[in-house]
Amino acid sequence: MKQAILKTVGMTALAFTFTTAAADPLKIGISAEPYPPFTFKGSDGSWTGFEVELGQALCEKMQAECEITPTGWSGIFAALDSGKIDMIMNSLSITEQRKEVIDFTDPYYFTPSAYVAAKSDSFDIPEGLDGKLLGVQGGTTNATYARRELRDTGVEIKIYDQQEQANRDLFAGRVDAILADKVAMTELVERDEASEYEIRATAPRHAAFGEGVGIGLRQSDDDLRQRLNQAISEALEDGTCTDLSQEYFGTDICGS
Amino acid sequence: MNFTWITDPYYQEYLWTGFFNTLALVGVSGTLGLVLAVIFALLQLNGPKPVAWFVRGITTVVRGTPLLVQLFFFYDGVGRLLPEIPGIRESLFWPMLRDPFFYGALTFTLSVGAYSGEVIRGALLSVPSGELAAGRAFGLSRWQILYRLWLPRAIQLCLPTLTGEMILLLKSVPLVSTIAMMDLLKAANLVRDETFLVYEPLLLIAGIYIAMTLVLTTAMRIIEQRFPGVQPAKAQRRLLPG
Repeated sequence: MKQAILKTVGMTALAFTFTTAAADPLKIGISAEPYPPFTFKGSDGSWTGFEVELGQALCEKMQAECEITPTGWSGIFAALDSGKIDMIMNSLSITEQRKEVIDFTDPYYFTPSAYVAAKSDSFDIPEGLDGKLLGVQGGTTNATYARRELRDTGVEIKIYDQQEQANRDLFAGRVDAILADKVAMTELVERDEASEYEIRATAPRHAAFGEGVGIGLRQSDDDLRQRLNQAISEALEDGTCTDLSQEYFGTDICGS
Repeated sequence: MNFTWITDPYYQEYLWTGFFNTLALVGVSGTLGLVLAVIFALLQLNGPKPVAWFVRGITTVVRGTPLLVQLFFFYDGVGRLLPEIPGIRESLFWPMLRDPFFYGALTFTLSVGAYSGEVIRGALLSVPSGELAAGRAFGLSRWQILYRLWLPRAIQLCLPTLTGEMILLLKSVPLVSTIAMMDLLKAANLVRDETFLVYEPLLLIAGIYIAMTLVLTTAMRIIEQRFPGVQPAKAQRRLLPG
């Protein structure tokens, strides 16, 4: 009898989980603007990249059904708030300011930021930035850091909607340097078109850059946060994250 | 509603920059655009046939394509080919050519030239030919007839429409936020990116735009009334006869 009840409860719970899972897969919000090698479209047109694969691995560990949902970066917080997506997983740095409006999981990776400039244009960073034009992507910790901490260097900041725009304007000579995630910049300077460009300096670790990168969640989703934290700690321990990191970056960026 | 961020000097600075950049863009492209519009209109009516066709072609292309596409064409297309020209990065023009303001002003000037050019062309055609004949009878030269009679009469006729064109120009300016230029929308986006408030900064700049439009409309209304040959009282109201 007891067993039967347990079984019924179990079945109901299972059915419930199943229906919610089938009707509502967890929507992993990523930026609709590609951010290689974290998120980009593969040759077959579907989304892939370090964070796409890691996100799918986390979902497997949670035994949840997930769906990659590209969302315009500028509206991604509103999309989370309104329930169009359930998490933001796109190199989202954990900062105090963001914590006031969303919750974060534990960090799963941290990388410093780096400056890229033309090899022929030899000025020092940050000392020689006076009168130079620096391109950053808006809504990133790089933009916050540049606007607030580089203010006294005399640099002029240009804020782009997408990182690729800043990259292209660097190549076109419209900005003198760009400041962005070091991993992405390492990948950038390896491109053929970037042969005349180099990583000039690495930004120091600063509060504006936050405590590493975590998954952004609605503040009401405590249950999801706990499940994700569990999955993240498993992925960090069993090497899932490290393997993916080695595959995409040739180095281990996992952990905090 | 949370407007506490307005007190932050960083945001104020960006909002002011955005405001002045908007004014500068409207001022430069409005002025150059109207000059271009007069030239376009006159060339279509009076210029040599091939030139008239050429101007008609430009007008068709500019009016037939979205403004945003034109902006990308100049900034991402033309603007990225320019640096390939040897020596251009060392030239005197380079600071201007790398500035998004230049591409914004170029696009908007062409746009005002094409749209207002057609408005002015229509107005030039609506000036009764008897008035031009009267000018000739008074012994005015061709040039005098043009700038003392035909053009002032035409502009007087289409001023209310040109006011509308200027308002449209003002409201096209936020497009430049897509080419990394600091305008009001870009400033609002900055506030949004850092405070995660979506509606408040947008409401603020919407208010600023309405205020700017009101100032622009009032200024144009005054010009309309003071325009040579217009009687202020008559320009205000006109009742249907009967």
